[in-house]
Amino acid sequence: MEGETARIAVEMRNIVKRFPGVLANDHVNFSAYEGEIHALLGENGAGKTTLMNILSGLYRPDEGEIYLYGRRVVFNSPRDAIAHGVGMVHQHFKLVETHTVAENIILGLDKPRFFLNLAEAEQEIRRLEEQYGLKVDPQAYIWQLSLGEQQRVEILKALYRGARILIMDEPTAVLTPQEVEELFVTLRRMAREGHTIIFISHKLDEVLAIADRITILRKGRVVGTVEAQMATKEELARMMVGREVLFHIEKEPVEPGAPVLEVQGLRALSDRGVPALKGVTFHVREREILGVAGVSGNGQSELAEVITGLRESTGGRVRVNGQDLTNAGARAFIDAGVSHIPEDRVHVGIVPSLHLTGNLFLKAYRRLPGFFLNWKQMREKAKELLRHFDVMAPNPDVEARTLSGGNIQKLILAREFSSRPAVVIAVHPTQGLDVGATEAVRQRLLEQRSQGAAILLISEDLEEVRALSDRIIVMYEGEIMGEVPPDAPVEEIGLLMAGTRLEGRGA
Amino acid sequence: MDWVFISATLIAAIRAGTPILYATIGEIFAERAGVLNLGVEGMMLMGAVSGFIVGLKTGSPWVGALAAMLVGGLMSLIHAFVSITLRGDQVVSGLALTLFGSGLSALVGKPYVGVPGVRFTAWKIPLLSRIPFLGEVLFQRDPLVYFSFLLFPLAWYFIFKTRPGLHLRAVGEDPATADAAGINVFKLRYLYTFIGGMLAGLGGATISLSYTPGWIEGMTAGRGWIAVGLVIFAFWDPLRAALGSYLFGGVNSLQFGLQTKGVTIPIYFLQMMPYLFTILVLIFATQERVRRRVGAPAALGIPYVRGER
Amino acid sequence: MTVEDMKVGRGGFPWRIRVEQRLVRPRWVSAIVPVLSIVLGLLTGALLIWANGVDPVAAYVAMAKGAFGSKYALGETLVKTIPLILAGLGVSLAFRMQLWNIGAEGQLHMGAIAAGGIALFLPQKFPQIQPWMWLVIITAAGFAAGALWALIPGALKAYLNVNEIITTLMLNYVAILWVDYLVNVPWKDPASLGFPLTAVFPRELWLPRTPGLFFLTPRHRVHLGLLFGIIAAILLYVFVTRSKWGFEVDVIGRNQKAARYAGMRIARNVLIVMAISGGLAGVAGMAEVMGIIHRLQHQISPGYGYTAIIIAWLAKLHPLVLPVVAFLFGALLVAGDQLQISMGLPVAVSFILQGLILFFVLGGEILSYYTLRIERVSS
Repeated sequence: MEGETARIAVEMRNIVKRFPGVLANDHVNFSAYEGEIHALLGENGAGKTTLMNILSGLYRPDEGEIYLYGRRVVFNSPRDAIAHGVGMVHQHFKLVETHTVAENIILGLDKPRFFLNLAEAEQEIRRLEEQYGLKVDPQAYIWQLSLGEQQRVEILKALYRGARILIMDEPTAVLTPQEVEELFVTLRRMAREGHTIIFISHKLDEVLAIADRITILRKGRVVGTVEAQMATKEELARMMVGREVLFHIEKEPVEPGAPVLEVQGLRALSDRGVPALKGVTFHVREREILGVAGVSGNGQSELAEVITGLRESTGGRVRVNGQDLTNAGARAFIDAGVSHIPEDRVHVGIVPSLHLTGNLFLKAYRRLPGFFLNWKQMREKAKELLRHFDVMAPNPDVEARTLSGGNIQKLILAREFSSRPAVVIAVHPTQGLDVGATEAVRQRLLEQRSQGAAILLISEDLEEVRALSDRIIVMYEGEIMGEVPPDAPVEEIGLLMAGTRLEGRGA
Repeated sequence: MDWVFISATLIAAIRAGTPILYATIGEIFAERAGVLNLGVEGMMLMGAVSGFIVGLKTGSPWVGALAAMLVGGLMSLIHAFVSITLRGDQVVSGLALTLFGSGLSALVGKPYVGVPGVRFTAWKIPLLSRIPFLGEVLFQRDPLVYFSFLLFPLAWYFIFKTRPGLHLRAVGEDPATADAAGINVFKLRYLYTFIGGMLAGLGGATISLSYTPGWIEGMTAGRGWIAVGLVIFAFWDPLRAALGSYLFGGVNSLQFGLQTKGVTIPIYFLQMMPYLFTILVLIFATQERVRRRVGAPAALGIPYVRGER
Repeated sequence: MTVEDMKVGRGGFPWRIRVEQRLVRPRWVSAIVPVLSIVLGLLTGALLIWANGVDPVAAYVAMAKGAFGSKYALGETLVKTIPLILAGLGVSLAFRMQLWNIGAEGQLHMGAIAAGGIALFLPQKFPQIQPWMWLVIITAAGFAAGALWALIPGALKAYLNVNEIITTLMLNYVAILWVDYLVNVPWKDPASLGFPLTAVFPRELWLPRTPGLFFLTPRHRVHLGLLFGIIAAILLYVFVTRSKWGFEVDVIGRNQKAARYAGMRIARNVLIVMAISGGLAGVAGMAEVMGIIHRLQHQISPGYGYTAIIIAWLAKLHPLVLPVVAFLFGALLVAGDQLQISMGLPVAVSFILQGLILFFVLGGEILSYYTLRIERVSS
């Protein structure tokens, strides 16, 4: 796409952005051509999203300048940016759940001034859908849509505002492999029509598959920009992480024992009152990791909640070590030795405003003798746990909210694993963590496996599921589509994730 | 049927419901924008006292009503500043506003207790007022009642069918998204809190200039709190707010109706009815909400902090 | 971490307040904010009093004299402190769990009704029971009545998730009307000449006065309720900070989702906390009628239940700090009475001051989480 004829669409010069205690962007230079798909590659915390939040007007840079098509621009808000044709699809969609697709797309626009004319907007939306191959019903409410559809709404929103430069922040995290392909087709079509696509990702394969050029960020600085055709995975990985990266995990071969967690015909409703689990059956054995693959929103969250006692089931059975715990409540599950690494680690997994000692004893306080608590003793024990689980904290008295994401997750592991659980339910345990913390979490999970726990690993990261699991089940729309071994080809798992059952190998 | 009794009860229901309707719609605006303002009672009291005094001094209930709106609006800005800009706890700030308003209204109104003042007088709408029964019930009222007839459908239309209404709802549901769409969350929250305050002030003035003309310390008698309860009953919808307010007015006026009918329930129990009615209505509304999955504005009571990282 | 620019006023306004989150929360802030809030509240209040044509200096001097000016005044301040401590402790416990019990006023009235009902009618029927036994029974009944009254909104919250702010508040009005009914109709003293009063309780059932402490005049009215308040504060402190139950209350208040995740029983704790919260307010009502008023009447409380909310907040929900704050507000109430007597201002003036102080505390809280800077907007 590049060459003498291509114009530079975006140029960011010497961008500096500081947050209290963090230098998020350190004199970053970045440019992208018109009609180019340009990937921004880096680990979590490398400053990719911050840089693009600056380009999209959400943050103001502390230093540096932005040029669009050669002209200097200053953005004070996302509104300014979109007026200059810069649109961003954030990782967490910015959509009002209780509003319709059309209402979301026209939100914040000036015209029409007062009376809403949704029919007119819907017509225009349909035209754009056709032009770029983005199917979604303009009259649907956002909460009725899958995440893939919501992403399309976000793209439509940008296009409706006349975006020429589209930033996509980790767009594939919520998609099936097939949906990813569809998205790539759309993006290529947009690039051909002269749009500039900036594609933020930390996944090497997809960056190589979609991008024309790749800029790599590490710790807030640009490491380099390379042509995608010339780049190799290993080279990119080295630039991204700063050292050689091993692409597989050492797993101790252990023989699984008897089934510990048995789930039979489980049914449950989602928060919206629609069936989220439609008869799920599986078991997890001692010294075994059962991976649950699938695009998020297909019942995994509800499954995790039902088998930890946080959600009522409407049918089916849950047994732990033979004991029937169906709808017995969270306390019964905890008492039966079920540990839970929850999906929402900050809002569910910890009490942010409470000190670390309290957070570490969030469940264990009940097992201590007597009616009163001996905080002094608990504090000592907490210190020991923090050390053993390698949580970076000055002392056990600081509030949990002051910890970084990785340390919060380690704190949760310290609490959940110190009770020597029989069952571990781990939901997206490494999502959003940096490499070091991710490695630590995976190591701890394997350690629990060796020590005899039955582990259910729910993750969107297919690579992770494949690397850690002994068996994999795939969920789609509240059902288990099938079970595969961890070395099954990605395409096969992808088909299951998209709802296609395999011939002769059903669940 | 006893038509005289029925029309008298309906008229009383409308009269008693109107002040609460204003306050309820005002609070709906504020809560739709994500600001829970529990200071309604205080703002109503200040509206009642300032409406009465200004009306008395100028000789015009109209000027009085306008003054009440202004004072209510100004009161609400204290809450707005504390809860929107300084991100203080909205529950406590609202309580503070109610305490402050009830104290200040007592201080300001002290010389005016029992003083006869001005009041709105009934306007008979030509033609319409002559419709049998309905004309008497609906079209022989005073201007504040007529204005409320206009207000609740207009408020409904505004919230659900206009662009500013869309923005208002977005700010209360998902301020981060609204912000990203270029909507000024802080400005809108201030604006609708202010409008809420103005309507609460007008609700207060409706009591002191129309419903029971005059000023007595604490004369709103918890109507501000009832309005806050009715917002929940109304599912943040002005049409349901009207239904709730008139229902409340009906229960309220029933006590007088029953007394004139010679029912010998001690007056204290009749006076309890509106409060118990509010609790009852709240219980049913909560159940219905669960069933129909209607939620409060998702960001209600939560200060908006920009740019989470 | 958050950085944020907030424009104050219209777009053209040349200054803006910049709010930055603190990484470390300094200790001095949480100490100085309440003190400063009280000072600023009084200053602003002075402005309002002055605007109403009253000399604020004279008013505050009268207030200070009324509250602290003599041994008797000090005693009266302590008298008002008693119900404030008890109700304030109740409110603070509920707030600790993010349970907005605004109903202390009603719970206090119910406690008074239960105590008054027993004191008026039962001793004649059971003359064999000793007076000190009645004291125990009446205290327990006051607690129970407040607890039961609070359990209505508590149960509605725990099982039906009905907003407790509205229900507790509505029940305040209902409870006060109950008192009005009783003192006007069934329990009215025939000898009251038409006033809404019951007969005076038998003298031997009155809450005994505390021993004549050195700083009190012999005719002081400080009663045993003070001891109840202090014992309750200490007990609450121990239970809240040291017991497993206190830990649960703390966690539920800070993050209900995490509490549920940790297997804590939320509905049950809502009931327990509401019962204790209402019970303490009930004891406050009991103490007020058994120790001071010695009968039931139309007005029992000058809004103790509402003032309790402010006290709880100002004390940062700390049970041992709370009695100190309650004492200050007891002084404020006595001072308010003094204003009425000497300057003809309505008692509700003290609500103005309370509201203002609360605003300043809330505004000041931001200082402990954020730093504020006013800076010029660069063009």
